[in-house]
Amino acid sequence: MSDDKNDPVEIFRGHVELDYQYTAGVSASRFLRAVEQGKFLGQKCPVDGRVYFPSRGSCPMHAVPFGDDSTVELPDKGTVVTYSIVRVPSENIPLELPYITVQVLIDGADTALGHVLDANLDDVRMGMRVQAKWKPKSEWTTSMANIEYFVPIDEPDADYETYKEHI
Amino acid sequence: MRDVAVVGFTQSPSLRRETDRNEVEILIPVIQELRAQTGITNDEVDFVCSGSSDYLAGSSFAFISGLDAVGAWPPICESHVEMDGAWALYEAWVKIQMGYADVALVYGFGKPSMGDVPLTMALQLDPYMMMPLWPDAISVAALQARMGLDAGIYSERDMAERAVRDRGNAKSSDVAQVKGDFTVDGILADPYIANPLRKHDCAPISDGASAMIIATADVANRLQDRPAWIRGFEHICEPMDFGVRDLNASRSTEIAAEKAGVRSDKIDVAELSAPFTHQQILIERALGLDDATNINPSGGALAGNPIMAVGLSRIGEAAKRVWDGSADRAVAHATSGPCLQQNLVCLLEGN
Amino acid sequence: MSEPSLTAPHQLSYTYKRSLGPVFSKFFTALRDRKVLGMKRRDGTVLMPPKEYDPDTGESLDEMVELADAGVVTSWVWVPKPRRQQPLTQPFAYALVQLDGADTAFLHAVDAGSEDKMSTGMRVKMRWADETIGAITDFVFVPAE
Repeated sequence: MSDDKNDPVEIFRGHVELDYQYTAGVSASRFLRAVEQGKFLGQKCPVDGRVYFPSRGSCPMHAVPFGDDSTVELPDKGTVVTYSIVRVPSENIPLELPYITVQVLIDGADTALGHVLDANLDDVRMGMRVQAKWKPKSEWTTSMANIEYFVPIDEPDADYETYKEHI
Repeated sequence: MRDVAVVGFTQSPSLRRETDRNEVEILIPVIQELRAQTGITNDEVDFVCSGSSDYLAGSSFAFISGLDAVGAWPPICESHVEMDGAWALYEAWVKIQMGYADVALVYGFGKPSMGDVPLTMALQLDPYMMMPLWPDAISVAALQARMGLDAGIYSERDMAERAVRDRGNAKSSDVAQVKGDFTVDGILADPYIANPLRKHDCAPISDGASAMIIATADVANRLQDRPAWIRGFEHICEPMDFGVRDLNASRSTEIAAEKAGVRSDKIDVAELSAPFTHQQILIERALGLDDATNINPSGGALAGNPIMAVGLSRIGEAAKRVWDGSADRAVAHATSGPCLQQNLVCLLEGN
Repeated sequence: MSEPSLTAPHQLSYTYKRSLGPVFSKFFTALRDRKVLGMKRRDGTVLMPPKEYDPDTGESLDEMVELADAGVVTSWVWVPKPRRQQPLTQPFAYALVQLDGADTAFLHAVDAGSEDKMSTGMRVKMRWADETIGAITDFVFVPAE
């Protein structure tokens, strides 16, 4: 305690520590088991055909449950729809500053995935084509940590019109 | 006052542990079934309100995922309480009384099996004097139970009788977790888990969800031959410190019942969500119930205790007895906080 | 149904600070000095824990009085397997204790050794920690002779 022993006690210092066994659920488990195999799974809404990625239990717009037949496999390539250059450290992100966070619209998906991009700060831009950089296959587990980061690929930038609904 | 009735109610089974589904996946079929039961679509719902606690999952904003089960785009008028869904229902009822809504969807859900829920409950205690000592919920309830036993307010046999009654009633329930034929002498032979409480004195820990639709008269009369009209609805809270409360009675329930008009006529059915047998006794007495009332026909909280949904489910179970004509007047009770600190009373009538 | 859900251990852990306010500040400062202060109400009865306002009337209260470090157990429960967050590592009792000079009981822990040492009405006294910091965990109760 930094307080002087004679100062009045004016602050209560609390500490909460609770243990859980978190359960991912049916949909997230299916998704993560696919990631363990190096695959991305999305889920297609039976009402309007939108594809949600990562997959979830139901369509958040129509509240329709996603069954096994809603699952669609997606590539690990996509388009940067927005980005930010981070210059402030965060306790839970062990990356060297500065680094680039991106929202990647995976090809065929209608929702974007947040991740990190390994690229020159001057090069990153909306529309940039990127692909997941996977860890060595021997290290794959049921975790999104299988993807170390995204990297730029040698493809022409996506046209703004193709992703403007997904920013 | 506007005439408002319970017109739809669904609930998941109470399970000690959902091994496959997460919270929202438990909720999705409950909401789906409610839509099928009532035919009410999102377009007709003016207000959505939910009750849950992020501490059950140990992650912030866990309740937001519940909206996936409702469908929240285009944006909806929505609110959430970090309390049992019965209090979400109260907020929805007030919203309708104020004229801001005619039809409301209310739900509560929780998956306490992920954590140590009796210990988690310490976080609802006084943050300076009690919480740093981490008294678990069963120990806290046992302090109250012993006080009542020492004072001769009830006996361990009285407590066991409630467990036998509720577990027996639950045999007819397809969602109850603890049910069957037991004898008072048989369960009194069991060891204490927190002297003076035995296992049968404590409601189980249950994963589960429930959902309800309430509506004003034109919708209610369209959907139900016999809507369960909400004729009284009150919740009252007692102080935080145990030392200034009377733990051998439930004064807040008495006041809520008085304000809700419970005692003005015979009560046919009561559904109580007190999670310990001695608390069941205190609530029965505070509501003035006797043998004329069918108490906990569903089994009540002692038969299934999906935290954050159990109180809303009591109101739903009471409404079912009004819909099917087995009750003209039914009272439902929900509680929150340690040792029955805050109590909600909802009076439903068929006419 | 497919395979069971994936699960993973998860710990929720955080520290935080809260202001004590004028009454609890006096209470915990006195506790650091191994003294216990209650709050006298207008009718002469004494609240422990002390309160800034009368819980019945809402009147502002400010007359703090020193209480004894011993009192009577008004209810108790035995904790045979303490969790690591709880105040003692060996089995103990939570109890409601009414200190001499106070009119209300408060919750705390009794290091009694075994369940058969506990009874309603028994006398307990405070055992202070080696170092007191001004927190409710600065002491536990033990059975008094």
